[in-house]
This record gives sequence, structure tokens and C-alpha cells, in this order.
Amino acid sequence: MTVAERKPLVVMQDINVAFGGVHAVREATIDLFAGEVIGLVGGNGAGKSTLMRVLSGAHPADSGEIRVNGGSVAIRNPRDAKALNIETIYQTLALADNIDAPGNLFLGRELTTRLGSLNDSSMESETRKIMGRLNPNFTRFALPVKSLSGGQRQAVAIARAVYFNARILIMDEPTAALGPAETAQVRNLVRQLKDEGIGIFLISHDIHDVFDLSDRISVMYHGRIVDTVNKNDTTPDDVLGMIILGKKPGEVSEKELAQLELRG
Amino acid sequence: MSNVADAAPASSQVQPPARTSIGGLIAQTEIDLRLFGMLVALAVILLTFNILSGGKFFQPTNMVTLAVQASGVAVIATGMVLVIVSRNIDLSVGSLVGIIAMTYALLMTDWMPNILGMGPDFPFRWVIALGIGVGLGALIGGLQGFIIAYIGVPSFIVTLGGLLSIRGFVWYLSSGAAVSGLDPNFQLIGGGALGSVGGTLTWALGIAGCVAIIVLLINGRRQRRRYGFPVRPMWAEVLLGVIGSAAALGLAAFANANFWPKGLADRYAADNNIAVPAGGLQISTGFPFPIVLLIGVTLVMTWMATRRRFGRYVYAYGGNPDAAELAGINTRWTILKTYVVMGVLCALAAAIASARLNGATLDVGQSYELYVIAAAVVGGTSFAGGIGTIPGAVLGAFVMQSLAYGLSFMGVNSPGQNVVAGIVLILAVGFDAFNRRRGGS
Repeated sequence: MTVAERKPLVVMQDINVAFGGVHAVREATIDLFAGEVIGLVGGNGAGKSTLMRVLSGAHPADSGEIRVNGGSVAIRNPRDAKALNIETIYQTLALADNIDAPGNLFLGRELTTRLGSLNDSSMESETRKIMGRLNPNFTRFALPVKSLSGGQRQAVAIARAVYFNARILIMDEPTAALGPAETAQVRNLVRQLKDEGIGIFLISHDIHDVFDLSDRISVMYHGRIVDTVNKNDTTPDDVLGMIILGKKPGEVSEKELAQLELRG
Repeated sequence: MSNVADAAPASSQVQPPARTSIGGLIAQTEIDLRLFGMLVALAVILLTFNILSGGKFFQPTNMVTLAVQASGVAVIATGMVLVIVSRNIDLSVGSLVGIIAMTYALLMTDWMPNILGMGPDFPFRWVIALGIGVGLGALIGGLQGFIIAYIGVPSFIVTLGGLLSIRGFVWYLSSGAAVSGLDPNFQLIGGGALGSVGGTLTWALGIAGCVAIIVLLINGRRQRRRYGFPVRPMWAEVLLGVIGSAAALGLAAFANANFWPKGLADRYAADNNIAVPAGGLQISTGFPFPIVLLIGVTLVMTWMATRRRFGRYVYAYGGNPDAAELAGINTRWTILKTYVVMGVLCALAAAIASARLNGATLDVGQSYELYVIAAAVVGGTSFAGGIGTIPGAVLGAFVMQSLAYGLSFMGVNSPGQNVVAGIVLILAVGFDAFNRRRGGS
């Protein structure tokens, strides 16, 4: 690994987010290199999604610094994030159900004619091209996405992130709602995007997914990042221990280990 | 990444809908079924009243009057669609119409001659007055929109407050008095024999409508061909073109079968030394100006809703507010703009209403909010957000006005008309809910 010699694509440093009295993210620091997949794991409410929502502009941080390509940036809203080529696939997919696939793919970034009107034909054409690649069975371009299957909706959400030259991609539980075939498709896509030099944050509950796809794994616990470890230097058991106990393997006492084994 | 987009050819293996059933045939024409159903309903209502009245109802005079009466509500309903689609409501439209109508009346009777130095002979007074009204509407609408979108007070509350307080301002503006005597040119906005475009121009508009429909059909087909998308079968294109053209020309012919009243025609003949023929001089009125205004508003609003980013964002926000926000849409600005549009439309409706009255009373526009919301909802706009069309709302306004006008034509009093209007409103929405549950979307 020569990762350490290169400049990171993104650094999030000492990020804090509080909702009222609840400290959702505390002093979290994380970095991501080009062509790298970071698996972000943790229990429910550990702060994974909140930390990523800071990067995608959905919820600004209370304090902390974000650097993209070494330069400090302000991400106040999703527009700022997209301008920095940070794209997000949300767990909820964030699709407007009443609008068709091309409309959703280009939402907020519509192609227009010279007079500023929507160019629906060219948007449909571009959508057909990218969907032909991501999900060749996709044919329902004129229907509201409400009437599409879960996998098709997911494909629209992924196409939206991929189409706009993402350099940093955030995937929040991308396979949670998918069947086996579609999950395999998403895994292939992650590998392919990684090969193209895109940096990916992958939030997942599925520890096998994470070990399969990630280069490094960051574990969050009660808003803090417990540790970020190289995949090859750790085991699923160690990662599970960190998720459950919130401590690095060396810091765990015999008693806690015994409890963990009882539970596991 | 563009290399991903370039990698695959455009796939156009979309199967056209099966063409076995009548439903399949209609599907191939890609006609909006909801809209088609509304047209049928409107035709049934008009025919029923015509039969009940022994053929006296479906006359050009009645239909022109009915259309002019519906025009004000229909104009505002086009904007109410956008407001309801984006999960808001505007209860203040009636009061807004009231205050702008009073402003027009005071401008032309008092403020223009006495303060601004624009006497009766000042050129284009009516345009200036209209401009001021539109500006006032945009300002009040924008203020309400700002409070709703940026401060976060629910639209129901803000516009309920607007309904009450703006109506109060009308009283203060005129010190409680009715005001009459508008500019003669301004009065034409309200329709009537003189406030119509005349026979020749009506034919010209009808023909322009035909040409526009055919050009749009050809253009659309060419565009889809160019990108290799599936196109409608040729017979469906021709059918749509023929029906559309027939409708445009039919409406023009019908409007031209409405003539000037006898007294007015006789005076015109005397003034211009025209010999009056045996059956009286027949001068076609053609489309009244308020109808031309409504057609223009409908076209512009449909264009904004379907062809512009603003409309796309309104519908996206209505479908999923979070998705719109996360897509980077400036949702607050979008919402604010819907209320500015409403203000402008209220100013146009106020022009029609005050021109018809040749002035303004304290209660111009009273209850408009209810008729406008009813028109939008009967026209297929859903309070769940994200669903509704502008032509649907205009048709909704015509359906409601046809019922009211037809019932009053049959001698039913206005409480009776309200009973029917209320029941129809509930039936229409119930019908939509039933259809959606059956999965017809």
C-alpha cells in the first residue's frame, strides 16, 4: 500500500454534529483516497449517516473542517457538495416518485435548450445510454418512478450519482433493499467505479459486504470513530468487537471479551 | 463519467402498448385519460342542460356568457395547481382579487387623474393601471410566499391571515365605498360585445390554433425520431391533428355565431351609414377578451409547468420534498415563486372582474378561494402533492361553472347550486381516489 504517500481526496477533520442535546457526531476525523473504498460501519445511531450527510451537504457540521484535494471547502448545502463532484446515493434513494426516470436523473441539473426550456429528448437519450449500461432491462423511461421495482429505482438513483462525473461517491446501504442478483450488480459497479479512480464511502450493516469491497474500514460508536483499520490487518471478529464495544481490540478487557463471546 | 454514458447504444426496444382493446388504442394516442374524461363530463353536463331546457341552453350567447363567468376563476386555478402540487394552499386569492380590483378602480377614477396627472386622454392608461395591479399582486404574493418559504409559517395560516387582513385593507382603501367608472379601454378586458376580438380575428386565432397543433405534433415526432425513441403510430398522430384542428375551428365558428345585441348593432349601422338588412345587422363578436386572456394564461402556465425548470421543481418538491432538497434544488425560492405567480394571476382575474363591473365593490372576489380550489381539485390536482395539470384545472373551472350556470338557467336558486357544487366536488375526488386505489395512477 502506497496510499500514505499520496494526497487524500477528502479529509474530514474533527467534525461535530449535535441535534439538540444529542451529540450525533463527535470529533470525527476520516480521510479517503482516490480509487479507495472506505467501509463505514457501526450500530444503529452510531453516526455513520450523519457524518456522511455532512459531506453531502444535507446537514452542515457544527464545527470541524473539510478539505477536498488539500483545499479547505465550505459545504453548506447539496449544491455545494455536487459542485465539488461529491455525489450521494441515499438509503431512501431520494427520488421524486411522481417524475419519470430522466427527470429524476437530471433533477436539479436539467439539460436545457438554448432558450432555457427543458430538453426532455436529450435527457431521455442520455438516460437511455447510462441505463443501457447499468441495467439493460430498464425500458420504462416515460413512467413515474413510483411504478418501478425496487431494483429499477435503485438503478435510477445510482445512475444519477454516476452520470455526473462523481469523484467522491457516498453510498448509504446501497444493497439493503435489493435481491441477490441486483446486489451482485451493485458490487460489480463499486469495483468498477473504484478502478476508475473514484473514492467511495460505503455505509453498510453487512460486514461481509464491507470486507469484500473495502480497502479500509472505519468503525463508529456513539458518534466517535473508534478506529480506521486496513482491511488486511484486521478480522471480521475484531471489527464486530469494535462495533459492539466501541473499543480497539487491544483495549478490550478480559471481562468484556467474555461478554462478547457470550453474545456472539 | 462520460465514458460510461458513451459505452452503450441507445436501446429502443420499448414495446408499444397492445393494440387489441379500445383501451389499448386510446393508450397509443397517449391522450391524458383524466383530461379526456373531464371533456366528456363537460359535454354530458352541457347536453343534459340543453335537453332539460328544450334546446335553449346550448346557444352561443349562453356559452360565451358561461365562459366569461368562468374565466376569472380559471385564470387563478392555473396557479392554484402549482401551489397545491407543491403541498401548499392559498386561501388569500379572493381578497387579493378584491384589493387589486379596488386599486384598479381607484387608480382610474382618482389617483391617476388627481395625483399622477394622467387625465382621461393619457395614452395607455389601461396598460399602466394593469401593470400597477400586476406589480401589487406580485408584491403581496411574494410577501406571503416569503413568510411561508423562508420563515416557515404554514401556508394555510399565512394565507388565512391574508384572506382576513387584505379584505380589511380593501375597506380602508375606499373608505368603505364602492367605486365605479373605469377607463373605457380597460372595460374591454371584461368582455361583452365590444370587449371581443371580432369575427375576422377569431377565425385567425382558430387557424393559428390549427397550425400550432400540427407544428407541435410534427416537431414532437421528428424530435423522437431523431433520438431513435418509439413514436406514436401514424394513425394516432393524424387523429390527434384532426381532432385538435376541428376543436380549434369549431370553437371559433361557435364564438362567431354569437352576434352583437340588436340595439348596439343598429346604433353602429346608423353611425356608419350601413343599411340594416331585414333580419337585423349581424356582427360576430367572436372570442371575448377574457377568454383570449384565459387561453394565453393557460398556454403560458402549461409551458412553465412542463417545459421550464421552475415547473419541474414544483412537481419534484410536491412528489418528495426531501429528494428535491437533496438534489440541490433551491426549494424555498421555488415555493416563493409559486406565490408570486398567484399574485400576478389574481391581478389578471381582478382586471376581468372589475372591468365587468366597471368598478369595484368591497366584496369583489369574495369566496374565489373556494371556487378556485374546487376547480383545481375537480381538475385532478391532489392534496397529497405532486399531481395535477393546468388544463385539468381550467376544465375543472368550466365544469363547476357549467353546473352553476345550467342550474340557474333551469331556475335553481344559488343555495341549490351550492348543494350540487359541493356534492360534485366530493364525487370527483372520490372518483380519483377510487381510480388510484385500483392502480390506474
